Formats: sequence, C-alpha cells, structure tokens
Amino acid sequence: MFEPLSPSEWEAIRLSLRIAAVAMVASLPFGIALAYLLARGRFPGRTLVDGIIHLPLVMPPVVTGYLLLLLFGRRGPIGSFLDSTFGIVFAFRWTGAVLACVVMGLPLMVRAIRLSIDGIDRKLEAAASTLGASRLVVFTTITLPLMLPGILAGLVLSFARSLGEFGATITFVGNIPGETQTIPTAIYTYIQVPGGTTGALRLTAISIAISLAALIISDVMARRVTRQMLGQ
Amino acid sequence: MTLTVKVRRQLGEGDDSFTLDADFVSEGRVTALFGRSGSGKSTLINLIAGLLRPDSGLIRVDDTVLFDSGGRIDLPTHRRRLGYVFQEGRLFPHLSIRANLLYGQRFTPRSDRWAVFSEVVDLLGIGHLLDRRPASLSGGEKQRVAIGRALLSSPRLLLMDEPLAALDEQRKAEILPFIERLRDRMHLPIVYVSHSVEEVSRIADTVVLLRGGRTVAIGPVNAILGRGGDDADGFDPGTVLAATVTGHDPASGMTQLIHPAGRLSIPQIPAETGTPVRIRIRARDVALAVGEPGRLSIRNRLAATVREISEGSGPVVEIHLDIAGDPLVASITRDSVRDLGLAPGSAVTALIKSASFDPLAFGAEEKEKA
Repeated sequence: MFEPLSPSEWEAIRLSLRIAAVAMVASLPFGIALAYLLARGRFPGRTLVDGIIHLPLVMPPVVTGYLLLLLFGRRGPIGSFLDSTFGIVFAFRWTGAVLACVVMGLPLMVRAIRLSIDGIDRKLEAAASTLGASRLVVFTTITLPLMLPGILAGLVLSFARSLGEFGATITFVGNIPGETQTIPTAIYTYIQVPGGTTGALRLTAISIAISLAALIISDVMARRVTRQMLGQ
Repeated sequence: MTLTVKVRRQLGEGDDSFTLDADFVSEGRVTALFGRSGSGKSTLINLIAGLLRPDSGLIRVDDTVLFDSGGRIDLPTHRRRLGYVFQEGRLFPHLSIRANLLYGQRFTPRSDRWAVFSEVVDLLGIGHLLDRRPASLSGGEKQRVAIGRALLSSPRLLLMDEPLAALDEQRKAEILPFIERLRDRMHLPIVYVSHSVEEVSRIADTVVLLRGGRTVAIGPVNAILGRGGDDADGFDPGTVLAATVTGHDPASGMTQLIHPAGRLSIPQIPAETGTPVRIRIRARDVALAVGEPGRLSIRNRLAATVREISEGSGPVVEIHLDIAGDPLVASITRDSVRDLGLAPGSAVTALIKSASFDPLAFGAEEKEKA
C-alpha cells in the first residue's frame, strides 16, 4: 500500500487533474453565458434550453457518453466536420475526456451561477445606469462581481464533477493509459484484475486527498470573497 | 432650469391598471412631487429617469429632450445625466465608499464635470467613511454617500425619491440639513419626491400635487400646501414662513425669531443667530383674536389682515391672512368667524402656540451664492 506510485498511476493522476482543470476553465464562459441567458433572458424555448442543459444531470452517464460518441466520434456529424475543417479530434483523446467532463459538469455550474444572478438586486443595476454606465459596463462592474460567489461555487462543482466522471468518459473515449485513463477508470481497471486491490486503495486515498484539498481551497476562497463584499 | 413633463403611462392591465397622466412645467430650484402613496410620484420620477418608458409624451430639461414619442427620441438612462438618489441608498456592496462615490465620474465627459470630490465629501461630512464598505454604515451615512455618489456624476438635474422615508425621525433630522445645504450651495436643480409636508415645506420652492396618477396643481409651496385641498391628499394645510434667528435662551430652551410681522418664540433649534430659517405653521395651530388679546399663554402674536375666507361645507373654514406681505393660513370654526365678525379686510392678531411647532419642520436657508 505504501509503495511508491507506479508511472502509470502518476500518469492517471496527472491526466485527471489536467482534464478536470481544463474542463473547469473551458466550461466557465459557457456557464456564465447560459446562466445569464436563463436567469435574465425572455425568449421562446427557454424551458427547452434549460431542459437540454440539465439532461446530463438526470440521464445515465453512459447514455451521455454514447450520444457524445455518436455526435463527436470520427464518423459522427460534428466529429467528422471538426476533424476535416479544424483537425480537431475528440474520440479516444484526452480532449474528448474534457468534452465529456464539460457536458457532465455544465448543469451544476449553470445552476450555481444562475442562483447567484437571481440573488442580485436589480435595483443596483438601475442605480449604476443612472450614474452613466451603459449596459455592458453595468454587467462588467456590477453584475459580474456580484456573481463571483456563484462563479466560484460553479468552478468547484465542475472540477469535482470532472474528477469523479466515469460513465460518460469510459463510453466516449475509453480507458487508454496515458491518454484517457483517469483516476476513476484506473481504479476500475485495478478492480478488474486479481491482486489489484492495493493499487485501487492507493488511488482511492489520493482521490480523497485531492477532493478534500479542492473543497478546502474553495471554502477559503469563498470566505475571502464574501468578506471582501461585505467589508467585514 | 425648466423641466417640462407631459407624459402618459399605463401600468398593469384591466382592473388593476393604473394610469399616470402628468403635465407640468417647473422652473423651481427644488420641485417637489407631492402626494399620497399610490398617487404616482415614484412612477413619474422613474419616467423622468428613463427607468420606465412613457407610452407617449415629452420630457425635456431646458433644451435637452430626454423623451419625445412624436420625435421618436428616447435617451437611455445612462445618457440622461440625471443624478438619482433612491429611497434605499442602493450603494454597491462590493465597492468601497470611495469607489462608490467615484463610480459615475468616469462616464461624464471632462468638460461637463462640475462636481469636485473634496467639496462634495465636505458638504456631506463623509470624509471619515471613504475606506469603509457600505455594509458597515448606518442608514443615515448610507444615504449621505448615496447623495454624494449622485452629485459626483455631475448631473444636470438631481432626482430624489423619498430619500428620507426609510430613516427614523432622528436620522431624518440629521440628513435634512445636508439636503438644504446642497440646495443652497450647489447650482443644481432638484426634483424631490415626498409624501411628507414637513420635508416639502423645508426643502421645496415649487410643489407639483399628484392625486390618483394625475398632476392636479402646481405652484409655490404656500399656494399648494396652504390650501386644505382634498381630504384624499392627506395633509394639513399650513404655511411656510421665512424668518431670521435673533437669539437663543438656553435657560428656557427657546429660540427667538424675527419676522416682519412680529417676534416668534419656538423650542430651541440648532441654528446660529442671524441665519434665515424656514418654519412651517399648520393652519390648525393658528388662533385669531380681534383687538388686544390680553393675558394668554400664547406668546407668538402676529399682526394680520384677513385676505380671504375659504368657502367650504364643513364646520371648519380656512382664513387666509396677510402678515406683513406674507401669507398665513388659519383653520377656525365657522361659528368663530361669525362671532368675531370676520370678513376680508378685518384686522386681527394671529396667535401661534410655541409648543405646536414641529421640530422637523425647521430648516436653515442660506442665501444662494451668486
């Protein structure tokens, strides 16, 4: 159990962190835009958009992964277009794992940010406009800073969801060591083979440590943001 | 400054609908939009600010057209350059007081910036708050910062929507002098929404009376607030007098004032000797005597002439008096009018109880700087 980690284990940890971090950052602009659209937008089909974003939260992850494979696979309509036009390939690449994590984590991020937008007193925005701020300036100087607690919560949820992502990832991009094998899929592999228990336990312990660290960091940051906002 | 407003706006549908139909031109330094709650004051000020859009009409400040349905002009709020002080302050919670105050400055072209940071901070007495956050301020401090923030955007007109309504009496008394100083020292026209006769009497020179969404009267304070008007307006008639402080008597706790028609003695107010003050006298606090009244507890006695006796159906009538050229209104019973034989031209003595003065209704008034 206390043996040093093998190169493939290190690789899985490194990949997990990388995929989760990239997925978290890549989700942010979409998360903010969708949350703002759903919180403030009044357009036909809003409920439908809301539903589609939330689907990955309720569907079996395998279904999401399979749909991603159908759409973004090499022969899928979107995948083949991206491959031929931009040379971007998702199938069985770590970038595909990122895409799976973004899709799975987006509903959580959108919910968190949307909650914080709903909590903003729109009268503050009206006050800013009477002081001469255009709509764009009001958004960047008032709305966005007041959304910060929600954005922070959304980032943490997205990161945590990505670290734990299993079903959609393994369905969409497989379990290729060094390319798409993350901590959960590596644990799964260990459990499948005789004598893999110690390896599985090691990765489990590391998984717990990373999750705890993420929670603690986010908690400290959230407290700092709140303190700054309330001036206490 | 000339503010021209002629707008219609319907809010809500069917039975719950409310139509605002305002039509007035004001050239006042401080124009009060006055009326009961629900009379449309806040709707009207939001239409002027551009936070609500009129269904039709015209809003103009001097030569600048803010809204004109005929000419298809609708200047967005952020380009109207109107300062707005809201009832609840609305300070930005994530910014320091200094950043709050400076928020609007950068949007005003340099050539249009007349408000000077240090002057505004001094005027409002908020220098010690600059590095704090809004959450740690008291209600009165927040409202002073909100006023400063609006001023520092160098607006062409300042809108104030019941800026004292959320404060207790003590805080109101603390803020009112700042608003008076603002009126007297800055060349900034103000539109002041209030349902409080005391505030309007202290601050405004022109009053627009609203009733059920319509502007029913406009005129100088005494012309509008001197009439009892409709019961629906919910205020006591009264008169605003300009007098000068001649001295204080700390032993008896009284302040002496002089008015051309006579001396007045009122419970002590914090105004220096020699300063002009405004006082509001409710019509029901004025009694009338014919001839020398003799020994009475009432110390304030002003020589007056009856100008007009209002016709009404109730037991109480309003007597409009002339005191050395100023108006004064007294409410007395029809029976008394008959007993005293009052008629236009009668010489009387107006008696005002010192104890009846409302401490909120005193305000200092500085001579406007040239």
